Amino acid sequence: MPDVGKNAEFEALALPLFDSLYNFAHWLAQDRHDAEDLVQETYAKALKGFGSFRPGTNFRAWMFKILRNTFLTSRTGLSSSHTEPLEPGDEDRVLPVTSHTPETLVITQDLGEALQQAIEALPLASREVLLLADVEEMSYHDIAEALSIPIGTVMSRLARARKAARQKLIESGYARKKGTVARQ
Amino acid sequence: MTCEAWQTKLDAYADAELPAETMRSMAEHLSGCPACTAELVQIIQQKRVTALAGKRYSAPPELRARIRQQIEAKPARGGWQWALGLALAAVVVIGLGLAIVLPSRTAARNRLIAGVVDSHITALASASPVDVVSTDRHTVKPWFAGKLPFTFNLPELGGSPFTLDGGRMVYLDSRPGAHLIYGVRKHHLSVFILQDGGDFSRLLPTAAEPWRSLSFNVTSWSAGGLRYFVVSDAAPEDVSALAELLKRAN
Repeated sequence: MPDVGKNAEFEALALPLFDSLYNFAHWLAQDRHDAEDLVQETYAKALKGFGSFRPGTNFRAWMFKILRNTFLTSRTGLSSSHTEPLEPGDEDRVLPVTSHTPETLVITQDLGEALQQAIEALPLASREVLLLADVEEMSYHDIAEALSIPIGTVMSRLARARKAARQKLIESGYARKKGTVARQ
Repeated sequence: MTCEAWQTKLDAYADAELPAETMRSMAEHLSGCPACTAELVQIIQQKRVTALAGKRYSAPPELRARIRQQIEAKPARGGWQWALGLALAAVVVIGLGLAIVLPSRTAARNRLIAGVVDSHITALASASPVDVVSTDRHTVKPWFAGKLPFTFNLPELGGSPFTLDGGRMVYLDSRPGAHLIYGVRKHHLSVFILQDGGDFSRLLPTAAEPWRSLSFNVTSWSAGGLRYFVVSDAAPEDVSALAELLKRAN
């Protein structure tokens, strides 16, 4: 029999995360129906496992972890993790040195849209770390918890993900190397 | 440490995720390295665009209702137990509401201040930081006439350590304003003047209050319907001294 106090506590903690969880689920699954199923299953699993949640640890990271694990074992998740190339030397790899001519983001109305396409095209490992850091504004510690990876890996993956997104913006003409002309 | 080694830490620096000691050394390196500073500005700018563009999908309301039902699906209980459960839930909801509202306000204010600091860094990193180049306040002030829907006074600098370098138009929080650049010894100070209201009056205090953001000193206050910001890597005393001069002039 469900425990009224426990259920109310879970609801009070978990429902405010609904919008963020759905947004993240849609970014992962890239399909509305799959995202809906994913969120519903996440809440069901989290409610069931709420007893094992350790108070004092980060509840938000715990929910995102459940969502992400649920996605990885789903049909879409399995196929996307199978088709993606594994990233070589992920752990604490020193990033390639960038040139000393930084790019300039050309702020236009559709920059946001171009960036959405850039994020969409990123491999799953880059996409998830970028979304948790820059959209959910999670600390590296919480991202490490949610993705079950070391903090050093969060750091290197995130830097690489941002650089890759920016590279895609350059390719689509929304950022430019200093001194070159960009599409307006 | 070489410049290349610093570059690998720029993302973590922008996220304020380096140890305090390294944050300080990085700030020192940045003050003398335009290449790393420009790269940092890009990362900060990209972070901001990503934060907005990433909030792309909204869930159908039925889904929220369905999940709420799923959580609440439990057999009805006796009177006082039900009331106790509800009271407990109310306490949790109120507590949680406060816990969410307070940090999100701080986060929103920090974002606003970060935007102001970005404008300061971006202007100084640019090849032509000012559009009207003059040390004479009687040249700089009239340049804004017709460009802004408000007017303001610039302080007399005689006897102070400050010099006026010039001014440019700026957009902060989607509103136009004046951006003035001053110098003190080898440092630059940015003064931003905009109409107050919206997020400014909601998130920022009326009386001047100092903050540190990305190791810049920032102060902001409002007076006469206008919102003022002073941003600089100069000492906090310099920032408050220039703020005082501005307050007296207006």
